[in-house]
Order: sequence, then structure tokens, then C-alpha cells
Amino acid sequence: MEELIEKLKKEVIAQLNLEEITPEDINPDASLFGEGLGLDSIDALELIVLLEKNYGIKIEDPKDGKKIFHSIRTMAEYITEHQK
Amino acid sequence: MDLYITSYCLVRDNRVVVNDRLVFYQENILKFADFIKAVYQQGQINYPKFYKMDAISKLGFVAAELVLKETSTEGLDSGAIGVVLSNASSSLVTDIAHNETIKDRNGYFPSPSVFVYTLPNIVIGEICIKNHFKGENVFLISESFNARLLHDYVGELFENGRVDACLCGWTELNGDIFNAMTVWVTRAGFTNSEAGQSYRPLLFSAENMNVIMSHN
Repeated sequence: MEELIEKLKKEVIAQLNLEEITPEDINPDASLFGEGLGLDSIDALELIVLLEKNYGIKIEDPKDGKKIFHSIRTMAEYITEHQK
Repeated sequence: MDLYITSYCLVRDNRVVVNDRLVFYQENILKFADFIKAVYQQGQINYPKFYKMDAISKLGFVAAELVLKETSTEGLDSGAIGVVLSNASSSLVTDIAHNETIKDRNGYFPSPSVFVYTLPNIVIGEICIKNHFKGENVFLISESFNARLLHDYVGELFENGRVDACLCGWTELNGDIFNAMTVWVTRAGFTNSEAGQSYRPLLFSAENMNVIMSHN
């Protein structure tokens, strides 16, 4: 899990062009939206694309997004559970 | 009505000129992405969303911010500050980038953050959001820099009372070839910020815009 979390941090930084942020800056349990990394709605769409492109996971119900993308750790847990 | 160019910025050929001052120069030829990032960092423009913008937005945004540092918008109604920009290549660079993400049917992953920039006027939105400008704005496409077109359009906005100040210019980018010019236009009596006090305003005319554009 920890290995996947570190990999995800790097992928999120690259996919979202977070040039002023390093993997060490990201608390895996901190909220990605709002007060945490301050991501916006376009970033949310990019994260959906990231899951599909890098892990072959398609989110069927958009309502699940809030829970899946709460933090890097919740993303990693979702990937672990759903990756074929 | 007498209108004046109270500040200007030129970004091209690995250099940036603001109000006749060379404020950035890089001897070695850089890729556009590296160049504009270096200018942004040196200009101390603290706006993290810059990194998420497409190339033309970065170009126009930096050229706008460097002009705005020289000016003062104090006392101006945000609803009366306009932005009129133009170029030749529209958002072609970003359109091509978007096409790259969708051309392979087996690897069809359009990027939302690329797609949202596939219009040239998004750069105006970025400038307006950052600076809270809410006045008239338009992005014009012409084959080459057309000072007369810009002058006449902006002049009409002032004549009709739609704006009290206007950022206008040219933000052209095609591959790694780029050329941007922004000018701040206001009525007589406008005062620059402390940074721009030493610049002597020019009458806002197509001729003077061409003079600025041909600055070496």
C-alpha cells in the first residue's frame, strides 16, 4: 500500500502539473480538494482519467468520486480493491 | 477623446521589455515552457494556477501581469476594465495537444485540463479571474499584428463608455515561436503605480502601437 501511495503522489503531481509541490509535501490522509491540495473540478476529471489510463479502472458511478478522491490513501485503497 | 498608453510589455526572442526597460534576458535559446517559467519566477508573480495554464495563457498572463505591476487600478470600476487581445494562430498549439490525446482510438484519453484551453480567449479569462476584471473583452484573430484593428476596437469601447481602462495587445504562439505585446490604455490623467512612474505615456494610436511592437 505504501509503495502505491508514493507512486500515486508522483502521478498526481505530474498529471495535474503541481510544479511547486513535491511528493513529500503531500500528506496521504489530507483532503485533496478544498483546504488540502486545493484541487478544482477540472483536476477531479483529470484524476478520473488517471485511474482509467494508468490502472484500467473506470468509475461507473460519479457519486463515488467524492469518497474515492478524498485523499491519496483513499485512492490507493480503491485501486487495490478494484484493479484486475 | 485623448487616450494614453501608460505602460507596455514585450515578450519575445528570449527577452522581456517593460516600459523601455529590459527586465529579463536569457542568452541561451530556451524552449518556450522553460523561458516563460523563468520569467514568471523572476517576476515574482505568485499565482500557482499559472502552472496549470496552457502555453498561450501563460504567455498572455505573464505579459499582462508585468504591465499591471506598472499600473494602478485604484479607483477604477472593475466592470469598466476591458481586455482586448489578438493573435494569428488562435489556440492551435493546444488544439494539437488535445488532438494527440484523442487520435488513438485504442488509447483514447482526452485530457480535461488540455481541452478547457482549446479556445484562444481562455487567456483573457485567466487574466480577468486573477485581477477581478469584469469589463468587456474579446479575442480577435488576424493574420498578422493589426494595430489599426486593435486601436479602433478599443477606441470604440472608450467612446461608448464601456470601459475606463483596457489591457490590449497581441499574444502569438506557434510551437516555440512566440511574440507578445500588451499595453495598458486609459484616459488622460491616469497615474501609474510607483513602479511605472518613470514611464512617459504615449498617445494611444495605431502608429504608437506599431512603434512599440517594432522595439528592438
